[in-house]
Amino acid sequence: MAVTVQTLDTLAPGQKAVVKDLAVEGLERRRLMDLGILPGTVIEPELKSPLGDPTAYLVRGTLIALRREQARHIHVVPLEEEQDEH
Amino acid sequence: MTDKAMPPDSPDPLLDMADSLRQEVGPDFHDRLVESIYTDASQIASHTVTHDGERGRFYWDRTLDRLLTSRTWGFPIMGLMLMAVFWLTISGANVPSAMLADLLMDKVYNALHGAASALSLPWWLSGFVIDGMYLATAWVVSVMLPPMAIFFPLFTLLEDFGYLPRVAFNLDRLFHRAGAHGKQALSMMMGFGCNAAGVISTRIIDSPRERLIAIITNNFSICNGRWPTLILMGTIFIGATAPPALASFAAAASVVTIAVLGIILALGVSWFLSRTWLKGETSAFSLELPPYRPPQILQTLYTSVIDRTLIVLWRAVVMAAPAGAIIWLLGNITLGDASLAVHLVQLLNPIGLLFGLNGVILVAYVLAIPANEIVIPTILMLTLMVSGSDAVQAGVMIEMEDQTQVYNVLVNMGGWTLLTAINLMLFSLIHNPCSTTILTIWNETKNLRWTTVATLLPLGLGFAVTFLTATVARLFGLV
Amino acid sequence: MNTDAVMPKAACATCSLAQNARLIKLGIETGGWDYVVALAGNPNTGKSTVFNAVTGLRQHTGNWPGKTVTRAEGGFIYDGKRYKLVDLPGTYSLLSTSVDEEIARDFILFGQPHVTVVVVDATRLERNLNLVLQILEITDRVVVCLNLMDEAERHGIKVDDRALARDLGVPVVPTVARRGEGIPELLAAIAQVASGEYATRPHRIRHLDPEVGQAVERLTREIEKTFKGLPNARWVAMRLLEGDERIIEAVRKHELGELAPAAEMASTMQPALETA
Repeated sequence: MAVTVQTLDTLAPGQKAVVKDLAVEGLERRRLMDLGILPGTVIEPELKSPLGDPTAYLVRGTLIALRREQARHIHVVPLEEEQDEH
Repeated sequence: MTDKAMPPDSPDPLLDMADSLRQEVGPDFHDRLVESIYTDASQIASHTVTHDGERGRFYWDRTLDRLLTSRTWGFPIMGLMLMAVFWLTISGANVPSAMLADLLMDKVYNALHGAASALSLPWWLSGFVIDGMYLATAWVVSVMLPPMAIFFPLFTLLEDFGYLPRVAFNLDRLFHRAGAHGKQALSMMMGFGCNAAGVISTRIIDSPRERLIAIITNNFSICNGRWPTLILMGTIFIGATAPPALASFAAAASVVTIAVLGIILALGVSWFLSRTWLKGETSAFSLELPPYRPPQILQTLYTSVIDRTLIVLWRAVVMAAPAGAIIWLLGNITLGDASLAVHLVQLLNPIGLLFGLNGVILVAYVLAIPANEIVIPTILMLTLMVSGSDAVQAGVMIEMEDQTQVYNVLVNMGGWTLLTAINLMLFSLIHNPCSTTILTIWNETKNLRWTTVATLLPLGLGFAVTFLTATVARLFGLV
Repeated sequence: MNTDAVMPKAACATCSLAQNARLIKLGIETGGWDYVVALAGNPNTGKSTVFNAVTGLRQHTGNWPGKTVTRAEGGFIYDGKRYKLVDLPGTYSLLSTSVDEEIARDFILFGQPHVTVVVVDATRLERNLNLVLQILEITDRVVVCLNLMDEAERHGIKVDDRALARDLGVPVVPTVARRGEGIPELLAAIAQVASGEYATRPHRIRHLDPEVGQAVERLTREIEKTFKGLPNARWVAMRLLEGDERIIEAVRKHELGELAPAAEMASTMQPALETA
C-alpha cells in the first residue's frame, strides 16, 4: 500500500496517524516535541472546538489542543483502517 | 563544602571543543536527544505499566468532552453554567445578607452606641469610630460575605473539575482572531478571581507582545471586588423590573451580560492593540486539556473560603475602615454652609450626571482606587450624608437591613434611575484597575508606558461607554 | 537491589498514623533548614496537592495547565530534621526556554536542592517519564512520587512501582496525595535520599545514536577533567552540544565549578533562583 503523507489538520476525527516529520524549526519545534509530538508518535484528532478551530489531538494519552496553522506543519501518515478500532 | 581549588584555569578550550563537536553532530542534536529520551521512556513504560481495559482516553472523559465542546451544546452549556453560578449566588445570598445586616448594623451597632454613651465618649469620637469606621466595615461584611461565600466555592469547583481549559478551548478561535494568545483565556479566568493574580498568571504566555495584550485586557475580567457591586445592582434594580418569580433570573442574567460584555471588550481591545501598538504574528499555541478530576467538595469549600473569601474580605475590611473614617470626616467637617462631602459631591455631580452617574459615584470611585470592594458602602454613606442633614447623626443606615431599603435610599434620597444603576454596572466593569493591580502591572512589565496604558485605557473607555448609554437614554427620553 | 529501602513498610505497614506522628507541618515558617527539597512535575499531576499534604499549607490547586507560575515555598520537620519544600512550576520538559521551564531548571541545577521530588501521573506514565529522565541527568538525588494511583486503578492501569524504581535507579513511591495515602512513605524516601542512606543509581539516557553518543562521551570526559566532581557532567555536555546559552555562560563564568561536589553544599545556600 502506498504511503500517503498528509498534514495533521487534514485528518478526519478519530483517524489515527503516525507523525512523519515536523516542518517547523526553533522554539515551536521544541514545544511540539516537549508535548510528545515527534516523528514516530501516534496521534489522533479527537475534539474540534465548537468554532471549528483549534482541534484537540490525543497524543501519548493526553489531549493537546493545536491551532490549525500549527497542525498544518505536522506531516503524518495515516494508520490503516484495521488498526483503528472503535 | 565547596571545593574552591577546582576552578579551571581557562574554560575556553572546553567551549571550543563543544563548538567543534556541535558542528560535527549537526543541528538536529536536539531532535535526536528528545527522540532517545522518548525511546527510553516508552521502553520503561512498556514493562512497568499494564492496562486492563482499552488504552487511550477514558470513556467518561471522552463523553463529557464531546458534550462540553460540542458544536451545538458547547456554548449553551457555558452560558448555563455561568447563569447557574450567579443565580445560586444571588438567590442564596439574600437571606444570610439580611441576617448579617440585622446583626451587625442593628444589634451590634446599637450596642456600640449604648456602650459609647455609657462611657460618655465625645460625639465626634463615637461618630468617627462607630458611624465612620465601624459602619463601613459592617456594610462590607454584610454585603460581600454571603455572595462571596457562595460564588467562590462554586467557581473553584468548576476550576478543580477541569472545566476552565475547555472554556479556553471553546473560545480560542475568537482569541486567535483578535491576535491574542490562546492562553489569554486562562489568565482572564484567573482575573475573574483577582486581576492582580490574573496579571501574574500571564507569565504562562511566552511572547512578550501577546503577554502585554493579556495584561492590559485582564482588567475586563470582573474581579472579586466588583462582583458584589454588580450583584447588588442587578438584584435591586434589574431584578426588580421583572416579575417577582423571575427576579433572581433577571438579576443573574444582568450580571452574566456584564461578564460576557467584559469578555467581548477584552477581545475587542486585544484586536485593537494587535493591529495598532502591538502588531505582530500570533505565536504557536498548545493547550493541554487535562483529565477531569472528581471535585472534592469539602476541601474546595475549605480552600475557597480560606484562600479567596476570607482574604478578599479581609482586604475589603482593611480598606473599608479608613474609607469609612474619611467619609465620616468629609461629612462632619463643614466649610462655609455645608460639609466637605456636600461640596465635593456637588462639584462632581454635573460631570457625573453627564455620564449617567452622579457625584457620589465619582467620589466613591476615587476613594475605591485601593479596593473596588468599598464602592457600595461608600456610595450609601455618601448618599445619606449629602441628602439629609440629620441623616448621618440619626444613623439611617441601621434601618437598611434589607435590599428594598437600599433601593429606597438610592432612588428617593440619591435620585437614582435605572440608567444610574446600569451605568454603575458598566463603569464597574470598565474603569481603571485597583492600585494593587496597577502595581502588579508595573512589576511585571517594568514599563511606565504600558502601565499607564493599562490604567487609563479602560478608564477612558468606561467614560466613553457610559456617556454613550446616557446620551442614548436621553435621546429616547428614557430618563 | 535497593527498592525495599524505599518503603520501610515492614516496620509499620499499615499504621500511617504512627509515621505521620513523625511529621510536623511548618507551613511557611522559614529559616534554619537542614535540607532543601524541590518539587517538580508535569502540569496536572497533583503537584500542589502533594505540596499541601506535606507542608500543611492550602495552596489552591486548580485543574489547568500553568496554575503554578511562581514558586511556592513551605516547610516541614520530619524525624527531627527541618526541610524546606519548594514547589516549582509544572513543566513538560526542561529543554526549551520558556520562563517557567527556566525557573524549574535553574532551581534544580543552581539551587542544588538536596532532593528533587518528581510528581508523575500514574495514568500517563510514559509522557511523564520524559521529564523524569531529564531530571535524572541533572541530579541523582531524586524521588519519584507516583501520584494519582486511585485514578490509575479506576481506569484499570497498573504500574509496577518496584520495576520502575529498578529501571530509574531511584525510589518510587505510589501515592494518592488527595487522600494523604503514601505521604508517610514519600517522606521516608525523601529522608533516605537526603541523608544519603539510599544510594541512588540514576538511569541515564541510553538510546543515543552512536554519533551523538560519542560526541557526548568525549565532551563529558573533558568536562569531568575541568570540573572534578561535577555531578552532572554528561548533562552539561548535552547542553553545550545543543548550544544552551545559559550553560555556556555558566561554564565561562566558572559558575559550574561551584556546583561540585553538590552533596556537601551547605543547606543555607540561597537558591540562584532569586535572580531568575
